[in-house]
Amino acid sequence: MLRFFHQLGSPKYFYHIAGRWIPWLAGIFILLVLAGLYQGMVVAPTDYQQGDSYRIMFIHVPSAWMSLFIYVVMAGAGAIGLIWHMKLAEVIAISSAPIGASFTFLALVTGSIWGKPMWGAWWVWDARLTSELILLFLYLGVMALYSAVEDKRTAARATAILAIVGVVNIPIIHYSVEWWNTLHQGPTVTKFGAPSIDLRMLIPLLIMAVAFKLFYLLVVLMRARVEVLQRERNAQWVRELVDAP
Amino acid sequence: MSLQEFFHMGGYAVYVWSSYAIALVILVANVVAPILQRRKLFSQLARRQRRERRES
Repeated sequence: MLRFFHQLGSPKYFYHIAGRWIPWLAGIFILLVLAGLYQGMVVAPTDYQQGDSYRIMFIHVPSAWMSLFIYVVMAGAGAIGLIWHMKLAEVIAISSAPIGASFTFLALVTGSIWGKPMWGAWWVWDARLTSELILLFLYLGVMALYSAVEDKRTAARATAILAIVGVVNIPIIHYSVEWWNTLHQGPTVTKFGAPSIDLRMLIPLLIMAVAFKLFYLLVVLMRARVEVLQRERNAQWVRELVDAP
Repeated sequence: MSLQEFFHMGGYAVYVWSSYAIALVILVANVVAPILQRRKLFSQLARRQRRERRES
């Protein structure tokens, strides 16, 4: 196990092992999404209050979860890069930012589309929505800062600090529906005791959540591979790879 | 449930299907972006290596 992590620190080894994982991740992701969509769109019953509009949940909730999860991964990887100077952690951190931003965007947009028929408004400045919007700006800030600094190792250090500071927003988003009176509904899955959701709705939701996690793993590895190549452009193994792809 | 009923989504078709369409676009973009970046980087590096070989 220790040897595995040691080897993973080697960019060349990472590049090859990630390349081998990618098709498997893609395959499992597609199977899970098909299963989740079938369960969510066909098997799950219509909601007695929200009609069929609630089916937006199967993408809205997993992408909102991912927006938080990816942020924590990004800040965590950034911290590891800062403390132990592990290059691969820096690469994972910076590769996560655009993916996290797109999931945050997706959560906001699908939430807005869901809000229109249910609340009668595309957008309200309630605590949940506002803190999620701030999360999007944090992601964009991380991306802008990284691309603004010429030296990539300095850039990685600066963005890691920004990402770590931004972590304060994560519990705010999570508890916003409890701390403040929000229009956004409270938690139905993670609250203590039995989740107040029909099992036929919960199962596709969880399948989609796992599928989105796999999707993140898939695309973060794809991005990280490109980032590794870019950083190692002068290394012998990259030169050989370019000559014989 | 008929196919028509399925696409109708109890009257919420516009909201539900536009959400799923946007999700599809965003997921596809996330897959395509690194593929394009990788291709661009490879052609860049290949050009650099050809140039170096000519010079040496």
